[in-house]
Amino acid sequence: MASVTLKDVVKVYEGGVKVVDGFNLEIADREFVVLVGPSGCGKSTTLRMIAGLEELSSGTIKIGDRVVNDVPPKDRDIAMVFQSYALYPHMTVYENMVFALKLRGLDAAVIHEKAMRAAKILGIEGLLDRKPKALSGGQRQRVAVGRAIVREPKCFLFDEPLSNLDAKLRVQMRAEIKQLHMSLHATTVYVTHDQEEAMTLGDRVVVMKDGVIQQCDGALEIYHNPANRFVAGFLGSPPMNFFEGQLVREGDRLLFDEGTAKVSVPSWASAELAPRAGAAVVMGVRPEAMSDQASARFATAENAIPMRVTLIQPLGDKMDVVLATERHPHAVAHVDAHAGIRVGETLPVFIDTERVHFFAPGAVGERIATRRR
Amino acid sequence: MAAADSPFSSTFRQRPWSRAVVHVLLIVGSLVFVFPVLWMLSTSLKPIEQTLTPDPVWLPRPIEWRNYAATIEYIPFLRYALNTVFVCTLATIGTTLSSALVAFSFTRLEWPGRNLLFGLTLATMMVPFPVVMVPLYSVYRTLGWIGTLKPLWVPTFFGSAFSIFLLRQFFMRIPKSLPEAMTLDGASEFRIFWQMYLPLSKAPLVVVAFFQLMYSWNDLLGPLLFLTDQSTYTLTLGLQAYQSQEGGTQWHYLMAASVMTTLPIVVLFFIVQRALFQGMSSTQSFEG
Ligand SMILES: Nc1ncnc2c1ncn2[C@@H]1O[C@H](COP(=O)(O)OP(=O)(O)OP(=O)(O)O)[C@@H](O)[C@H]1O
Ligand SMILES: [Mg+2]
Repeated sequence: MASVTLKDVVKVYEGGVKVVDGFNLEIADREFVVLVGPSGCGKSTTLRMIAGLEELSSGTIKIGDRVVNDVPPKDRDIAMVFQSYALYPHMTVYENMVFALKLRGLDAAVIHEKAMRAAKILGIEGLLDRKPKALSGGQRQRVAVGRAIVREPKCFLFDEPLSNLDAKLRVQMRAEIKQLHMSLHATTVYVTHDQEEAMTLGDRVVVMKDGVIQQCDGALEIYHNPANRFVAGFLGSPPMNFFEGQLVREGDRLLFDEGTAKVSVPSWASAELAPRAGAAVVMGVRPEAMSDQASARFATAENAIPMRVTLIQPLGDKMDVVLATERHPHAVAHVDAHAGIRVGETLPVFIDTERVHFFAPGAVGERIATRRR
Repeated sequence: MAAADSPFSSTFRQRPWSRAVVHVLLIVGSLVFVFPVLWMLSTSLKPIEQTLTPDPVWLPRPIEWRNYAATIEYIPFLRYALNTVFVCTLATIGTTLSSALVAFSFTRLEWPGRNLLFGLTLATMMVPFPVVMVPLYSVYRTLGWIGTLKPLWVPTFFGSAFSIFLLRQFFMRIPKSLPEAMTLDGASEFRIFWQMYLPLSKAPLVVVAFFQLMYSWNDLLGPLLFLTDQSTYTLTLGLQAYQSQEGGTQWHYLMAASVMTTLPIVVLFFIVQRALFQGMSSTQSFEG
């Protein structure tokens, strides 16, 4: 087992596009780190640089205490699980799993024992004689993981290993990977573009955008204290609502003017927001911090914005209500299911001001104020 | 192929008579091609008097099976066959192996000037053999290879442009993650070539091997140019030389020898047929 350290890592592909830009990350021994971000943000590239499949343009990567920039992939002692699984199509499951061990010249009995142990952990003992073509997606996935764990590497790399599975299987495999990590205690770097996967799996989550780390922290920490508007919008489903408006002062009170109505700025945020009176800010509200009259525990006249209901999506005991104001045609409230709301009607929507976030304007506007918890 | 897959099937359904027309055309066409083969077979079984009669004899009476045994004694058939098999074996191994290696290098390895060299390799396909005949001859003479079988097989160990092209196109369809996974498993590039690209490319390799085999087996021009001694003759050259040997050609023996020359290739074709078609249509998937 080993730590993995990336320092000022830059990757520029031919043509001059900076795909990874100044990447700094220290992954502790036995840690599970998830890289998450939208498609094309450089997650795979980063992972492939750790694996040695891609050269660095500048910077250093260390595995343990050793700088591995010039170490060929096979000597880095890492195992990678590919999105496409990359099982060798012409070999049986067993042959796939023992290929690396055979190359190392291990004793046949040792190889067999290791393979059987891995097969047992993953529950694929019955598949060992099959070719990958004769496996289902979930089984292939298991074999791919099995091929990685037999090698007992210093570090596991996963590149979107679950994205080819259906939703149900994905949730199941997610739990298995987490359990596997807890029993093997291997340093793991896991790439996904699925925010839910990132939140549930990672000891730490690294949110990337355009090759730059936006935030790196525990999943809940990022969820509750997003560093900027991009991060806030990326984690959570349905995503956070953003209201672009203005801070206005009325007497001694500080208000957020959404355009249709004004909401009073909570006291905990007033210190940070007061100097910005008159300026444009963005208020971020998670769907569960918005509510109609019926389920609001936090309703006052001070925090209501009238909104028109454009769509209702029932989810069982909860429902997502899609709302619109003059300036913001799409906002979602996640409320208790009840029959009191009709599409087309306009109703006051209450904002839980204890749970709002304020950001500077712009797509990646920095956080101005968040209630620490 | 099932009838349902035929590109004509919808036409057939709309205009039933069109099926008859197509079949008549195909039958006539195949008769044209099969005619010389049947004539060869028939002649090979005739007594000498029936070989060149004004009225063509199709069914020899009596059927002279002895012609075949006699041929083997009359022509140094075994000698020629041995030479041919020798050349064909080495040439087939040579072309397949070297073309696969070069194609692998063009596909998987990164090196400066790779694309330029690949273009150049393809360009050599445009040069017809007669253009290089004379320079090649002087090269081989300098090497002292004239009169030996070497000019017929040694060059195949330097790849053939078309085979390289064919294999590269196939190799490019192997997803990159496969060799990458093997790299991480600790395999060298050569091992990746040997244990991944070759086993995954059986079908196109069969195509390349079979075409080289057929070429070498049927080649007349090469042996004609480079072989001088009868003991090194291949079948094609041997039969050719035999034809004009004594003025009055022994047609029944010649045809028997021709049958024996053609038969192995035909048999082989039926054996590898499936792999051959698969290799040429390239629908293999690397799922998993
Ligand atoms: N070999 C290459 N040459 C040039 N550009 C490349 C190359 N490989 C990737 N890129 C570019 O680098 C950027 C980042 O790619 P990368 O594969 O790391 O993204 P990703 O975050 O893994 O995305 P996804 O979620 O879609 O897998 C993309 O814009 C991609 O087009
Ligand atoms: Mg990717």
